Amino acid sequence: MWTPVGRGRWHGRALTVWAAAAAHRGLLEPRPTPTREAAAKSRTLDRLYSSADRKEKIDLSRFSVENIRNFSIIAHVDHGKSTLADRLLELTGTIDKTKNNKQVLDKLQVERERGITVKAQTASLFYNCEGKQYLLNLIDTPGHVDFSYEVSRSLSACQGVLLVVDANEGIQAQTVANFFLAFEAQLSIIPVINKVDLKNADPERVEKQIEKVFDIPSDECIKISAKLGTNVERVLQAVIERIPPPKVHRKNPFKALVFDSTFDQYRGVIANVALFDGVVSKGDKIVSAHTKKTYEVNEVGVLNPNEQPAHKLYAGQVGYLIAGMKDVTEAQIGDTLYLHKQPVEPLPGFKSAKPMVFAGMYPIDQSEYNNLKSAVEKLTINDSSVTVHRDSSLALGAGWRLGFLGLLHMEVFNQRLEQEYNASVILTTPTVPYKAVLSSAKLIKEYREKEITIINPAQFPDKSKVTEYLEPVVLGTIITPDEYTGKVMMLCQARRAVQKNMMYIDQNRVMLKYLFPLNEIVVDFYDSLKSLSSGYASFDYEDAGYQTAELVKMDILLNGNPVEELVTIVHKDKAHSVGKAICERLKDSLPRQLFEIAIQAAVGSKIIARETVKAYRKNVLAKCYGGDITRKMKLLKRQAEGKKKLRKIGNIEVPKDAFIKVLKTQCDK
Amino acid sequence: ASPSPVAAVLEAVDRAAPLPADSEVTLEANPTSAPGSRLAAFGAAGVNRLSIGLQSLDDTELQLLGRTHSARDALQTLAEARRLFPGRVSVDLMLGLPAQQVGPWLGQLRTLLGCCDDHISLYQLSLERGTALFTHVQRGTLPAPDPELAAAMYQEGRAMLWEAGFRQYEVSNFARNGALSTHNWTYWQCGQYLGVGPGAHGRFAPQGAGSHTREARIQTLEPDNWMKEVMRFGHGTRRRVPLGRLELLEEVLAMGLRTDVGITHQHWQQFEPELSLWDVFGASQEVKVLLVQGLLLL
Repeated sequence: MWTPVGRGRWHGRALTVWAAAAAHRGLLEPRPTPTREAAAKSRTLDRLYSSADRKEKIDLSRFSVENIRNFSIIAHVDHGKSTLADRLLELTGTIDKTKNNKQVLDKLQVERERGITVKAQTASLFYNCEGKQYLLNLIDTPGHVDFSYEVSRSLSACQGVLLVVDANEGIQAQTVANFFLAFEAQLSIIPVINKVDLKNADPERVEKQIEKVFDIPSDECIKISAKLGTNVERVLQAVIERIPPPKVHRKNPFKALVFDSTFDQYRGVIANVALFDGVVSKGDKIVSAHTKKTYEVNEVGVLNPNEQPAHKLYAGQVGYLIAGMKDVTEAQIGDTLYLHKQPVEPLPGFKSAKPMVFAGMYPIDQSEYNNLKSAVEKLTINDSSVTVHRDSSLALGAGWRLGFLGLLHMEVFNQRLEQEYNASVILTTPTVPYKAVLSSAKLIKEYREKEITIINPAQFPDKSKVTEYLEPVVLGTIITPDEYTGKVMMLCQARRAVQKNMMYIDQNRVMLKYLFPLNEIVVDFYDSLKSLSSGYASFDYEDAGYQTAELVKMDILLNGNPVEELVTIVHKDKAHSVGKAICERLKDSLPRQLFEIAIQAAVGSKIIARETVKAYRKNVLAKCYGGDITRKMKLLKRQAEGKKKLRKIGNIEVPKDAFIKVLKTQCDK
Repeated sequence: ASPSPVAAVLEAVDRAAPLPADSEVTLEANPTSAPGSRLAAFGAAGVNRLSIGLQSLDDTELQLLGRTHSARDALQTLAEARRLFPGRVSVDLMLGLPAQQVGPWLGQLRTLLGCCDDHISLYQLSLERGTALFTHVQRGTLPAPDPELAAAMYQEGRAMLWEAGFRQYEVSNFARNGALSTHNWTYWQCGQYLGVGPGAHGRFAPQGAGSHTREARIQTLEPDNWMKEVMRFGHGTRRRVPLGRLELLEEVLAMGLRTDVGITHQHWQQFEPELSLWDVFGASQEVKVLLVQGLLLL
C-alpha cells in the first residue's frame, strides 16, 4: 500500500541474526591454553568460514558431555551483549586481550555502523574451573523481534542463557521479549546486570525489577561491567554451575538441528548444526526432514570462532557441516537432519519464514535492472527468510516485491545492498499482506481458494465480491517511564490499537500491551514513540494473526484520470489522512503544466482529499538570432525526447521523478 | 569596433552581390558615454539602423548585469541615435531580474516609452552557467528571479506597449509605424541567411556549389582561430550540416509560432508543397486538445 510513511527507526535495536542464531559449536581437543595463533587470526575480519587457519582435524570424542555448556547471551539492544562476548572470549584466551577487541564477532560493515549484530557468530571457549576442562559454546545473539523465530530455534539448542540488563536503563521491551523466549524454551536463565561502572547505574533497582517481572531472586543476579571486565569471571563460573550439560545420547541414531546456513562459493552451503543425538562424520549419508533430500557429508567441524575441521561431531556438540548442498533453502533454519535409513522424529517447531513487511524495490533506472538483480540474488543467497517476487510498476518499471521479517530486516537489507553491492534502489513504502475472503464463485475458482492474500494493491478485489477483508495484527509491548504514559496511550489509540494489558514494572515504569494492526506500525510508529518519550520508551511486537478490517481501495486522480501507479489499500478510518498526505506529496512533486491540475484522492466515487497545482506561465522571451535558433531547436528536441518518457495521465505529463517522490519511503533526516 | 571595418564589409558584400538601396543595415551597439560622433561615423560607413542594448534604466540593475554604462548614458545614446537614424532605432529592455518588482519595472518602460523610437525588444533574463550572475544566484547572494513576477511584467508590459500603439509582431518584439526588423523577420520566416564572423550561424542552400538542400552552418567560435582560418582557407566555416526536410519543417514551425501572424498556409506551402497544415496536424490528438483549450488555431 502506498501510504507515505516515515521509515520506522529501529536503529540501535539489536538484530537477531536472521539466518539463524548460532548453534553451539563443537568442542576442541582439551588443551591448557588455546593457541595464540588462533586467537590472533580471529581478530582479522575475514569471513568466519575461511579456512585460513586450518589445522589438522581435531578429535572430539574424548570430550565428555558433562563438561559441555551450550548457552546464549540475550538482551535488549545496546545493553552489552557483544561487549560481554568480547570479554568472555578474552578471559578464556580464545582471543588476545588487547584494546582492539571491540565487538569482535560483528563482522559486517552494517553491523559495525549500526552497533548491532546481524549475523550472529559462535565461539567455542575453553575454561578451566576447579581442575576440570570445560567447553563453553557461546552465541552472540542480538535479539530482535523481527527474527524471533530464529532466536527461538537457536535457543532450543542451548541449555541456558545469560540475560543481560543495563544497570542504568533497566528492563526494556526486548529484555522482556527475550526472557519469554528463553522461558518458553525452558532454559536456565542467569541474570547479569551490566554497566555497573556508569555513573547513573542503579543495580539494586534493576534487581528488584528482575525479581518483580521475571520472578528471579535478586541474589541470582551477577553484577558486572563488561567494558572494564569487572566480575566477568563470575559469569563463567555461573555458566558452569547453573547451566546443565545437554541431555543427549551418543548411542542413539544421529539427529541434528540446523541453526544457520551460509553459502560459500567454493564449498557450497555450510550448515550450522547442533547434535541432539548420535554422531556424524565425513562420508555419512544424511537426509533433511523438510526436503527429504539426501546428501553426503564432506566435512564437519567446530567454530573457534573460525572453522576447525574435526573427525566427527558428537551428541551435545555444536559445529558446522558441509554436505554438497547448493542453496541455503536446502538447509533451512529449524530443519532436522538424520542418517539415511535411520529416520527420527523431527525436532518440533519448524516453520518456513513468514514475511511481515513487503516493499517494492526498483532500480533507479531500468538500465540498472541486471545489476540490481544480481545484487539481490547474492544477498538472498545467505538470507533465506527474504521472499522475492518479481513485480512491475507502471511508474517505475520492472522490479521486485520483497518480503521481510520486519522493518529492521528490510532496512538492513537495503543498507547492505547499497554498501556491499553499490546498488542504489528506489524502495517503495512498505506494505503488509492483507487478506480477503472471497464470496464470488468466479473469483474463488480463479484463485483456487476462498481466502486470498493481497500483496499488490492492484489485486484488491471489489467489496461486492468479498465477504470480509482481513489485516495482519501484532501484539506490541511498550515499556515507558510513567510520565509519558498518557502520550503513549494516545499514540496507540491514534494507530487503531486496542489495549490488552497495563502493568507497573517498578515505581517509575509502565509496561503496556496493545494489539496493533501491522500496517499502523510499519508507518513511522517507532519514531513517533521515541520522539514523544524523549527516547525512553522501548517497543517490541509479535505476530498475532489476522483480524477483520474495513479496508478500502483508494485511487488517486489527476484531473479526473486515475493514476494506476498510486493505488493504495487503506483502512476506512485512515483514508482521509493518507489520501491527503499523498495529494500533498504529489502537489509538491508534479511539474506545473499549462493548465491547472486537480489532484484528488477517491474511494469509490467519493472524493476524500484534494490539492491543486497552479498553471504555469512559460518563458519564451529570449533573444532569437541565428545561434539561438540552433540552440532552441536542440532544446526542443531534448524536451520532446524527455516527453516521450513521461507518463501521460489524461493530458498531464508526469515525470518518473514525481512517482518516485510519492512512492518511496520518506527518508529520515 | 570602428566604422572602417563596417564599411569594408559592406563594400565586400556589395561586390559579391548587389545590395539593394533600401537594405536594412543594423548595428548592435552598447550605450557609451560619448555617443555622438561615433554613431555618425557608422552612419557614414553605411549603417542605417541601430539596435541599442539598453537593458535597464536602473543603475543598480545595470551593475548587476555587468554593464559599463549608466542609465543616463543609455538615454543619451538613444536620443543621439534617434537624431541620426530617425524611425530606425530599436532598444532592448530586460525583465525578470533578481529582486526586480513589477511596479518599478513598469516605471522603466513608461520612461522609455516617453523617449524611444519605433521598435522595442523585451527579453526575460536567462541565467547562463559561467556568468557572475549565475554564480551569485547559485550561492544565494542574489535571489533567484521570480517567474511569477516576470510573467506579470510581461503581461502588463504588453498591454502598455499596445496602448502606446506598438504591434507585437513576435514574442519579444514590438514595433509601431511599420518599423519591423527586417533581418529578424527573416529568421522567423525561415528565410535564408549567411552568418559571417566568429561563432556565426547560417541557414542557406549553397546554390553556387550546385546544391538545393539548405545547410545549417557554424563558423569557428574563437576569434583568433577564426581569423587564422579565414586567412588560410578563405573562410571560417567550421561545420556544415545539411538540414533534413523534417528538420527544416520543424524550424519553420518553431520560428513561425513566435510571430503574431503565425504560419500561413501559403508560407507552409513554400516549404512543404505536398502536405497542407491540416494534412499534417489535423489528426493529432494533442493538437485537438490545444485547439479545444483555445491555445492554438488551425
